[in-house]
Amino acid sequence: MKPAAFEYVRPKNLAEALTLLAEGQGDSKVKAGGQSLGPMLNMRLSRVNQLVDISLIPELKTVSDDSDTIIIGACITHASIEDGKIPDVTNGMMNSVAAGIAYRAIRNQGTIGGSLAHADPSADWVISLTAAGAEAVISGPNGERRVGLNQFMDSAFETKLDFDDILTAVRIPKFSKQARWGYYKFCRKTGDFAEAMSAVVIDPSRDYCRVVIGATDTHPVVITDAIDLLTSDEAIDACITKNALDLNPLSGQMHRTALRRCIKQVQSL
Amino acid sequence: MVSNARSNKGVGGRLLRKEDDRYLRGRGQFVADIKMSGMKEVAFLRSPLAHARINAITIPENLKHKAFCWSNMSGVKAICAMTSLAGFKKSEQSPLASDKVRHVGELVAMCVGDNRAQAEDFLEELVVDFDELPAIVDMVSAQQKGAVLVHEDWGDNVYLESKWDGDLSEAKANASITVTRQIRTNRQCMAPIEGKGVVAYWDNRMDQLVLYTSTQMPHIVRTGLAECLNLSQANVRIISPDVGGAFGYKGILTPEEICLGWLAMECGHPVRWIEDRREHLTANANCREHEYQVTAYADDIGRILGLEAVGAVNAGAYSAYPFSACLEGAQVASILPGPYIVPAYQCNINSISSNKPPILPYRGVARTSVCFAMELMIDAIARKVGREPYEVRLENLVPPTAMPYTNITGKAFDSGDYPESLRRAVESINLKGIRERQATNEKDGRRIGIGFCTFCEQGAHGTSVYHAWGVPMIPGQEQAVARLTPDGSLELRIGAHSHGQSMETTLAQVANEILGIDPADVRLVHGDTQYTPYSTGTWGSRCAVMSGGAVSTACKALAERAAKIAAHLMKLDLKEVQIIDGQAKGAASSISLAEIAEAWYYKPQILAADVDPGGLEVTVGYRPKIDTGTFSYASHAVVVAVDTELGHVEILDYVIVEDGGTMINPMVVDGQVFGGAAQGIGTALYEEMPFDSVGQPLASTLADYLLPGPTEIPAFRIEHMETPSPNTEFGVKGIGESGAIGPPAAIANAINDALAPIGVEVLETPVTPRRILAAIAEAQAGAQS
Ligand SMILES: Cc1cc2nc3c(=O)[nH]c(=O)nc-3n(C[C@H](O)[C@H](O)[C@H](O)COP(=O)(O)OP(=O)(O)OC[C@H]3O[C@@H](n4cnc5c(N)ncnc54)[C@H](O)[C@@H]3O)c2cc1C
Repeated sequence: MKPAAFEYVRPKNLAEALTLLAEGQGDSKVKAGGQSLGPMLNMRLSRVNQLVDISLIPELKTVSDDSDTIIIGACITHASIEDGKIPDVTNGMMNSVAAGIAYRAIRNQGTIGGSLAHADPSADWVISLTAAGAEAVISGPNGERRVGLNQFMDSAFETKLDFDDILTAVRIPKFSKQARWGYYKFCRKTGDFAEAMSAVVIDPSRDYCRVVIGATDTHPVVITDAIDLLTSDEAIDACITKNALDLNPLSGQMHRTALRRCIKQVQSL
Repeated sequence: MVSNARSNKGVGGRLLRKEDDRYLRGRGQFVADIKMSGMKEVAFLRSPLAHARINAITIPENLKHKAFCWSNMSGVKAICAMTSLAGFKKSEQSPLASDKVRHVGELVAMCVGDNRAQAEDFLEELVVDFDELPAIVDMVSAQQKGAVLVHEDWGDNVYLESKWDGDLSEAKANASITVTRQIRTNRQCMAPIEGKGVVAYWDNRMDQLVLYTSTQMPHIVRTGLAECLNLSQANVRIISPDVGGAFGYKGILTPEEICLGWLAMECGHPVRWIEDRREHLTANANCREHEYQVTAYADDIGRILGLEAVGAVNAGAYSAYPFSACLEGAQVASILPGPYIVPAYQCNINSISSNKPPILPYRGVARTSVCFAMELMIDAIARKVGREPYEVRLENLVPPTAMPYTNITGKAFDSGDYPESLRRAVESINLKGIRERQATNEKDGRRIGIGFCTFCEQGAHGTSVYHAWGVPMIPGQEQAVARLTPDGSLELRIGAHSHGQSMETTLAQVANEILGIDPADVRLVHGDTQYTPYSTGTWGSRCAVMSGGAVSTACKALAERAAKIAAHLMKLDLKEVQIIDGQAKGAASSISLAEIAEAWYYKPQILAADVDPGGLEVTVGYRPKIDTGTFSYASHAVVVAVDTELGHVEILDYVIVEDGGTMINPMVVDGQVFGGAAQGIGTALYEEMPFDSVGQPLASTLADYLLPGPTEIPAFRIEHMETPSPNTEFGVKGIGESGAIGPPAAIANAINDALAPIGVEVLETPVTPRRILAAIAEAQAGAQS
């Protein structure tokens, strides 16, 4: 399992990286932590002419504050967030989620941007940050744009990113003191990808209540006005059925349970 | 003459492992650490199809001399594992596929590159024209009339029918209850940390093919390799360096070894192949696929009157050398009764061929599946007669007063108190407390269950057992060489090989026990056919008994030689001299082994005229008094919490009461048991190698083949009993596989205990969340209808 040959370049800054991608005309690929891309290249499921390593670009490793939002650089690792090196604006949600991603060795390398760009419907950032109402900041040949994470994924492993785009940062709205969150994922073992997972964020001061269901076959299910789900188990069951998550009854059972337990976390606070 | 005074470094000593110094510093030398100038790397083209005819393989002109297929390997012979069991059908496995491929991952061609990536690039240029054939995947369709044949000349898909005939009429007539279950252990993989790896080159000076391979049995590989490559054994040297786990996977001759040996001769430069995890999982290291229907006839207190089983083992496409594809099937028939008194017994097991990789003997071999079946049956009987499962076990276990006991299939249990191991497990796990806890509801809504199993493990089986099998490698006398070096340290040579058994430590302890030499001054030479006596290798929990016995015997012979020299030097009668603490001691004087060695090697003029010319080097064979094997035994007890909404199982407590006879080093025994039990948990809950209906493997990385990790393994609580075997040196018994035998049974019993109140029973490994949820859904549907 060794990759087919490719060129490896390490641009110094974002502009250089964008130029390389544009010149590559689709045959160049960004490498961040390499934790998802590496195995795919090794198994020759993915091939590139040129690997553009962005993991050391300083602009992509910064954190900045924009009044009601925090902007986290795409190449910040899961481990930095787990270790509290990034200011927390989510009442502990992000630290907690980060600590539950894969294993420490992967968290040391894997990045928040890489995880979103990879767009696995079972990925922790995909589900939790969509629930938090975060936005992707994308730089491309025509400048910078923002896409809400609830719009970002088209389906499993498909996003609004073009071949010449780079996800540069994630904008995360600051939770108010009253905000509550719930997060539940069911894995067969520690570090395994989830069989079922759900996240909920309620922020009364912003009149915000969003539920996201992951581990789906396509993009995650996003329920933007989720207050009804908090009222009864029947509403939860109906939601699972409505979104066709119980076509396989056993999967349906797992989704239902994960969602119920996730919501219970905010109810019991 | 030899002192049995116990030092803390001898038999029974809790010595830290000698080998850990290099392992913990990352200085072990495994096959993949070997570098040679001019060495090139090999990659294999493996079949993408489970069953297909090969019409043509096209090697482009630019790859001539870099790419090879079977037609290039003229004169090389296929691997053919034989047994003399009546009715056995042999398979011929050419190292690269000849006319047909019979499983996904079978070797079709190979390329040699400057590095592995380049070799894989070359593979992409090869074109194979296949005609796909229907694939035989499951055991039922394999046995149907008119089924596609994996080996056309056989007429069916059965390697061997293994039968145990018995008369059950009395049992049936007298039984108050009858319990029947269909029980299955699914196919899984072995997953040692180090996969397989081979480095080969031709040594012109020695006129030898030198093949480094990660193997448990260097001598057997040499024999098999020489046969397949048409070399004399003198022209083949096998070196097995440090081995990072093997578990049976490396107890075979592999097609890759033959290919690399051939390439080394063909290309004239060193070649290496390091197995990757995908090859390991999808093509190579499969094991454990058994299914049987078992019926027990019992009285109203659960005493077994008779046992009947019919089933099959899916042995895959080829018969692995040397043990063959029917090792497991035949073992099932002979060991299903377990540690119990079974008055009447009948069993019929077919070893099936299919379009899956060959099934290989994984730690525990058939015992794990058999224990799973028998122990689930005991619990089913207990539920039917309304008793605690442990009570039903106690009714049926062979009691200590009956030892030594020969059971219905002729297994000669040597010693021990099987019921006591169970009583201790019941006590230690606090059955009473758990039953009380079960009467109250858990706060988190989970269901608590407690499960037990008791089993015995035949280990170190010898000549009579394997002669009856007719395999090509019948173990006889196990030899060891003991040599005192001129400075009085000790060199031991054995033909078996350590792949995690800690033999560098334990055999040094055996030597210490006999000679009093400090284990630090003992060097074990093993894993090289050039320097070691012939041995069938390390398998079947045999090395503590066989190599340990051989080293002990050799050291005793060496002690006698040393004592004779010493007596002459000390001017004493031989009877007055004892070898203790690395010295020859008389009543008032002593000389060290180093002085004795110095006299023998450097000052022959001071030796007696009739000194034994063999000097301070002996080669001695050993075989236990009774060679049908030692029987260690254990009881496992486990408490689980089952989440009935998600099907998740958490192990809350795990107790193992183990009797492996006299322990050479209790910490090493613990290590063996812990490691095995971790693997058993994998079998019980996580590990499965599923295939789709056309024989495609559905797990190809460790992301979809789940191994338990540190958070899934509980802190085992282990208790030892130490009943010596009457037949072996020091009373040692083999226990290397024990840990891996019990967990699936104990854990499934605990799950069933937790779920019995809602009418759920699981009968298949691994007990995954989906299997649990499906069983619950089925029980609910049954309750409603
Ligand atoms: C064994 C294992 C277990 C795992 N378990 C989990 C888990 O439990 N939960 C979980 O969420 N994840 C898990 N992961 C995935 C892990 O979190 C990865 O780190 C993450 O998915 C990808 O991040 P990366 O930085 O490594 O991206 P890379 O592997 O470098 O890239 C992934 C993809 O995204 C693209 N990309 C990366 N960065 C950018 C960017 N800034 N702009 C545009 N495109 C970009 C790449 O081109 C590539 O296509 C696991 C991975 C492994 C190997």
